[in-house]
Amino acid sequence: MPPGILTLAADKVTLSPANTGFMLICSALVMIMTPGLAFFYGGMVRVKSVLNMLMMSFISLGIVTILWVLYGFGLAFGTDSGGFIGWNGNFAGLSGIGLTELWGTSTIPVYVFAIFQLMFAVITPALISGALADRVKFTAWALFIALWVTVVYFPVAHWVWGDGGWLFELKVIDFAGGTAVHINAGAAALGVLLVVGKRIGFKKDPMRPHSLPLVMLGAGLLWFGWFGFNAGSWLGNDDGIGAVAFVNTQVATAAAMLGWLAYEKLRHGSFTTLGAASGAVAGLVAITPACGAVSPLGAIAVGVIAGVLCAMAVNLKYKFGYDDSLDVIGVHLVGGVVGSLLVGLFATGGVQSKAKGLFYGGGFDQLGRQAVGVVCVLLYSLVVSYVLAKVIDLVMGFRVGEDEEVAGIDQAAHAETAYDFTGAGGGTVGRKGPALGEALTKKVDA
Amino acid sequence: MKLITAVIKPHRLDEVKDALQAFGVHGLTLTEASGYGRQRGHTEVYRGAEYTVDLVPKIRIEVLVEDADAEQLMDVVVKAARTGKIGDGKVWSIPVDDAVRVRTGERGPDAL
Repeated sequence: MPPGILTLAADKVTLSPANTGFMLICSALVMIMTPGLAFFYGGMVRVKSVLNMLMMSFISLGIVTILWVLYGFGLAFGTDSGGFIGWNGNFAGLSGIGLTELWGTSTIPVYVFAIFQLMFAVITPALISGALADRVKFTAWALFIALWVTVVYFPVAHWVWGDGGWLFELKVIDFAGGTAVHINAGAAALGVLLVVGKRIGFKKDPMRPHSLPLVMLGAGLLWFGWFGFNAGSWLGNDDGIGAVAFVNTQVATAAAMLGWLAYEKLRHGSFTTLGAASGAVAGLVAITPACGAVSPLGAIAVGVIAGVLCAMAVNLKYKFGYDDSLDVIGVHLVGGVVGSLLVGLFATGGVQSKAKGLFYGGGFDQLGRQAVGVVCVLLYSLVVSYVLAKVIDLVMGFRVGEDEEVAGIDQAAHAETAYDFTGAGGGTVGRKGPALGEALTKKVDA
Repeated sequence: MKLITAVIKPHRLDEVKDALQAFGVHGLTLTEASGYGRQRGHTEVYRGAEYTVDLVPKIRIEVLVEDADAEQLMDVVVKAARTGKIGDGKVWSIPVDDAVRVRTGERGPDAL
């Protein structure tokens, strides 16, 4: 992410129609990642809770969009205050911004930057939901999203990308969200898990994915949308850096998928569909902070390392006994940490930043900066998310009742079921009114 | 009359159907079923977590025949369903007291 400058519409910068169009398309691409994530997660849960899984992601599009417009953009990208948080009254309600007013030194309108960043804010809490499959109250989850983006995501986005943000000033490289999005969401997942606990039947009942085609569809949409996520994060492509990010995104993802599959074949004997989808996502996560800093060969290394390490990491939950249902920690936290630290090894110094990694003669300097970013975001998100979840749990209870969980949260929370397997019966179609039996009774009575 | 029930591998269905037709059977009932025999099920691995799937998909075929045909028909089904590998299934017969063709009301062997 290039620096945002506080004085809008800096001298000598003019609006670029090409970059503006490109960024609007990128924003739309990032938007599709959230429904993509919903399908990725939704396919992995059991039939009885797929709708709830989809909704836990989808609701973020509603809640976070509104909060972002009201105050989120101002907190994340407004005038810095102590390196920790920003504010700009003109950003509240997006009401004080001129149509052609440009974002800092970039060539795109503030509106475009705001909507692009909004999509990041939307998907980040949605990522957390994968750890909580099958068992949390929808209202508690919705409240958690609202509180979490307010006290965790908006500030952390400011630290990492906001002009004056303390990690930004420390020159921690996070091109498109390794720390602000993935480590942030992964650590939050761990924090909430510690409050919410395991699913009933964890490690005893079979909890196989109910639809791997949905998982593949979701992973495909994520991969597709991620080009907007990463290539768009340079806010334009006048100097080719956005294109490098695009190339690295594709290369690392491919490498990670192969890495995960190779590990899986050696360890468990098969190349699985879920492994291919998971490996791809692990690669996307890991290359996110690095895609503007490394060469395509470096991206291959980042991808393979992330693919193998994340494949190994997903087993940690069985070892330690926490129910990270869909491996948010194993894929997003571990992938984000791996990618962020590898910037300190593979940064070439010739792309996004002059900073060189250890393997390019830069010594340990950048690696140290990256480590600070990783640890601070991880700890902040973990602790604050735990506290938020605890408060919600005390006030309204975070989990559904045992009966509802066992019977399936779809019916309990949404009064719906995903699939009709019976084909028979089903009652009256397409009208609201008395049931057939009721009408019949009245007629007979008359 | 006898009711012949066969539980077979799904991919042998066409062979068994053809064999029954060639034998002269007029009708049959088919159900998708699941279960296991001596072979038990199989193992599936999702992100390293192993699941033992006990119940494997099977096809259950039921045919009503006259007593005299039962023995031979069982042989026909067994021959058509056999692959020689584990999990080929089972065929059995049980006596049937009576049967009625719903459309005409015919009873006993006439209903077949």
